[in-house]
Amino acid sequence: MSSPARPFREKAQVLDEAALDRALTRIAHEILERNGGAADLAFVGLRTRGVTLAHRLAAKIAKIDGAALPVGTLDITLYRDDLAMRGTPVIRGTDIPFSIKGKTVVLVDDVLFTGRTIRAALDAIIDLGRPTAIQLACLIDRGHRELPIRPDYVGKNLPTSRRESVAVRLREHDGEDRVVIEEPEEA
Amino acid sequence: MGWTRKDLLAMRDLDAGEILLLVDTAASLQEIATREIKKVPALRGKTIVNLFYEASTRTRTSFEIAGKWLSADVVNFSASGSSTAKGESFIDTAKNIAAMSPDVVVVRHSSSGAAALLARELPCSIVNAGDGTHEHPTQALLDLLTIREKKCHFEGLHVAIVGDIAHSRVARSNIHGMRKLGMTVTVAGPPTLIPPFVQELGVKVAYRLEDAIRDVDVIMMLRLQHERMAAGLIPSLREYARYWGLSLDRLARHARPDALIMHPGPVNRGIELSPEVADGPYSVILDQVTKGVAVRMGVLLLLAGSKGGDGA
Repeated sequence: MSSPARPFREKAQVLDEAALDRALTRIAHEILERNGGAADLAFVGLRTRGVTLAHRLAAKIAKIDGAALPVGTLDITLYRDDLAMRGTPVIRGTDIPFSIKGKTVVLVDDVLFTGRTIRAALDAIIDLGRPTAIQLACLIDRGHRELPIRPDYVGKNLPTSRRESVAVRLREHDGEDRVVIEEPEEA
Repeated sequence: MGWTRKDLLAMRDLDAGEILLLVDTAASLQEIATREIKKVPALRGKTIVNLFYEASTRTRTSFEIAGKWLSADVVNFSASGSSTAKGESFIDTAKNIAAMSPDVVVVRHSSSGAAALLARELPCSIVNAGDGTHEHPTQALLDLLTIREKKCHFEGLHVAIVGDIAHSRVARSNIHGMRKLGMTVTVAGPPTLIPPFVQELGVKVAYRLEDAIRDVDVIMMLRLQHERMAAGLIPSLREYARYWGLSLDRLARHARPDALIMHPGPVNRGIELSPEVADGPYSVILDQVTKGVAVRMGVLLLLAGSKGGDGA
């Protein structure tokens, strides 16, 4: 989640390291259960933390099922509906080095909020080819949807207020594994 | 690091951070060229006008493809067959085009400063696609992207730019860009084609091809315009080819084996470059063209796709 440049302070911890790991393990099992195994599955993570989560899910599935699933990276900046309302677009690139045609693509993001990012991601994926199906996995569903989009796999449902922000911190980026709710510092 | 400029007029205006932002953005956009469906919606609803007063194949096509891959509407204007032939002035034509509310005007003109003039007069973003003997910034950016991909960095690289330095906007844009990124530049050519005081741009000067290409990482050969001979600046094409043409033999004897060979095109085969060198293993001339589309996508996206650069 990108947060505005005003100071946020931590309000509550939502997931600790063990709970985060258990949530991912459960999602990995659910993915296998729902799809009857790992055949023709592929992960596509949304930059930045969705990619890390996608790699972790792929590793868990490799452990459970022995299948090495491909993991791609999606940058949806070029598909944003608010591109012209933001500052300089930072393009970090899409890297999906496998064909998604005929695959069931599991899209992975850290926090599901308005659904606009996922809307953009669906367009971006479909521009790359025609997958058999697209499913959505997210670690946190914080509500406040503005589009008719729902996740297939959720780590934790987390009712939030709009002024709060959900920060998913991952070892690879932030040196720790945990999820916290933050709220703006009072002026 | 954000993009805040309305226009892209000259490498000389940019700082190292802005140059790297443009190169990085272009690098990330390259992937679009490998897709089955080469289109992203980033500039949907934006209008780009290519206003070309000089002949161009690569640059105009490249801007057109770049705009279309980003889903912008691209309109081409060339001076021949237009109201320019009926005597309309450059600025009048430009103002008429601006009255149709384009978001970006890409301009090429034989007069130095033509792009800056439009940038002053028109509310939309202006991209300089070559103005006289002044600058050609997108060419320098695509050269930089090509160099970084092959050599992996900029700092400390040594580049030789060989040929008609005095009339080359490609040389000027590259010199500014390369110096800002910490590269060493040697320019070389017949004394009549080396501008006086060129050292003030921070470059070294060589008057023999052999001296210029020794130990450099990149050799950039420039196109010799035939009209230079008519102007009496070189005695003959044959003499130019003999002293300044890069042949396989010269390359093998004087240059490092891994030196990149670049050329902004169109190549005069057998004059500044022998065909064996132009098509040789270290020639990246076609890579340059491929990178050109990515660079122009990056430029158009930063100018038309962000709040900061939206002209308004």
